[in-house]
Amino acid sequence: MSHADGSGHSQNGEAFPEDSRLTRDTAIRGPARPAPYIGAGILLAAAILFPLLPQLYAFDAPRLGGMPFFYWYQLLWVPVSAILTGSSYLLVTKEDRRRRAEARAGGPPQAGSASARTGLGGDRP
Amino acid sequence: MNGREINWTALVIVVLLFVVVAVMGFLAAKWRRGTDVEGLHSLDEWGLGGRGFGTWITWFLLGGDLYTAYTFVAVPAAMWATGAVSGFFAVPYTIVLYPIIFIIMSRLWSVSHRHGYVTSADFVGGRYGSRWLSLAVAVTGIVATMPYIALQLVGIKAVLTVLGLGSSGNVLLTDLPLILAFVVLAAYTYTSGLRAPAMIAVVKDLLIYLAVIVAVIYLPIKFGGWDTIFGSAQSKLATVNQATGKPAGVFIPGAANYSAYWSLALGSAMALFMYPHSVTAVLASKARNTIRRNAAILPLYSLMLGFLALLGFVAIQAGTKPIDLDGSVNPQLVVPQLFLDHFPAWFAGIALAAIAIGALVPAAIMSIAAANMFTRNIYRDFIRPDVDARTEAKVSKIVSLVVKVGALVFVIAMDQSAAINMQLLGGIWILQTFPAVVAGLYTRWFDRWALLVGWAVGIIFGTVSAYNVVNPVTKAHFGGSVAPIPGTDISVYIAVSAFALNLVVAAVLTLVLRALKVRTGEDLTRPTDYAADETDPKVVQIEKIQHYTQPGGPSPVA
Repeated sequence: MSHADGSGHSQNGEAFPEDSRLTRDTAIRGPARPAPYIGAGILLAAAILFPLLPQLYAFDAPRLGGMPFFYWYQLLWVPVSAILTGSSYLLVTKEDRRRRAEARAGGPPQAGSASARTGLGGDRP
Repeated sequence: MNGREINWTALVIVVLLFVVVAVMGFLAAKWRRGTDVEGLHSLDEWGLGGRGFGTWITWFLLGGDLYTAYTFVAVPAAMWATGAVSGFFAVPYTIVLYPIIFIIMSRLWSVSHRHGYVTSADFVGGRYGSRWLSLAVAVTGIVATMPYIALQLVGIKAVLTVLGLGSSGNVLLTDLPLILAFVVLAAYTYTSGLRAPAMIAVVKDLLIYLAVIVAVIYLPIKFGGWDTIFGSAQSKLATVNQATGKPAGVFIPGAANYSAYWSLALGSAMALFMYPHSVTAVLASKARNTIRRNAAILPLYSLMLGFLALLGFVAIQAGTKPIDLDGSVNPQLVVPQLFLDHFPAWFAGIALAAIAIGALVPAAIMSIAAANMFTRNIYRDFIRPDVDARTEAKVSKIVSLVVKVGALVFVIAMDQSAAINMQLLGGIWILQTFPAVVAGLYTRWFDRWALLVGWAVGIIFGTVSAYNVVNPVTKAHFGGSVAPIPGTDISVYIAVSAFALNLVVAAVLTLVLRALKVRTGEDLTRPTDYAADETDPKVVQIEKIQHYTQPGGPSPVA
């Protein structure tokens, strides 16, 4: 996940109006706490790893409603994986919100909003 | 020559639903458009639907985009013909897909939001300061997408065939319904851009869910339960093929098939989000978290796909006979035929319409995505660097037409197996862009030239390996996508072995080029870009502010 955010220093000092303190390097999030990212990482790694180990499930028995284990086990992994990914989402978003709040409290003011549909297309100098 | 009668009830339903969808496609031009935006005169508006789709629209759009008509036709067909390894791997594939998207795609969204990137090649160009690497990504994307669009036509063709159309001796008349469908598709994609498939995807997905849920409940009851169905599948797949002396298929993979099974699933999952059409749907979403939320809810489609795959086994028990117009057995007709045989004509019509419309949604998105790549990474980067947003949209619209005509000619003029072979190669090729795109989202460690050479080596190795896979029955090349790793007898998906080689070459060359102190390109992105959300300003906005408040400061973007 993304631990690497900007350092948060602003190059052009106090001589300009507030908005000008916003630069390309203005931190948009505070420093990360590792725990939520490690937790989400473990959940996601499990959701990637286990369905890719046919050694664990390439059997016929036990059958479920006539369906061999091989088939129902993999179908069962669909909701399990959704739950793992959903939990990672909650973990990561909560931490993200905290880091953003921290950056807002300590850093320069928020600027610009997505609803401003300006300057489309000119993405390169 | 052909014993098929036209099924009028089903045909009328299919045509009716097709017309409804076409009307929606044209109306979509005005859908969800801000009052301040006049017409679809930029790639953000035409090619990305205004970059404003929320969680649910994105869910339908991505669902319609990733689970294509060809998937609906080919996965059960593979189950019917050869069983688990070539068919059911689609289930672990679409399971591991979502954690992977969760990890990488939010970063791609953020950096693209900041910089206004429309394609993954845009990002690669900005990150590495190399339009050649960007060109490699774009060309791979376009070339891999073309046969994918052609395969959507194969899906429509399967539906038209079981409906009894296309049996005329006249070549032009045979393909007339297909041509007609594609002209309509091309017209509303041209006028409405990405909004058309987004809107149609909602209808298509609801129809597909309806058809699959009914079929999965009703058909097993009709054919004596899953026990009987799996029983007849097991005995069919165990039957020894006369030509090869091996069993016809795999019911449950044995130890020898494990590496093929997991590498097919993993390689396909990694490749899917390198395709331009997947990136287009991601970048059309409103916020960084939209795609992460979708990673948690999109698996509902995988469940549907899993049951759809099992319909291939149901067809074995049902004794479905997928006989093509020329009298040969064509496994791809299995699912359409199954619906037509065992449901009332009107319901079969709904199911067949769902498959046919299911081809239109991804075909539209794919042609838009390929067109955007051409416009941004070939036309702008190499032909007209000073192109404005309006012209970009115009070029994209025209290219989207060209791409679709190309796919149509491909399917009509060439053998169907050519499209399938190309699609197989496309999957191998597109995975070779993974190091440049995904490693770039996390680190600038790799050198741009090393990545370019790694890409080329991966593509050459993959193409040669795929060519050398010979079908044991027909002796044709491109007989499959699995081959032993050179020097071993471990069979893996060729895309994965090519990818590993690509990565090693890129890493070693990076060290060499660094030792030689070769100049690295300019990186236009900053660490903050990779976590930006919709509320964070875009680069153009930041630089505009700086321009006004800071005389003599950094020059603004042109």
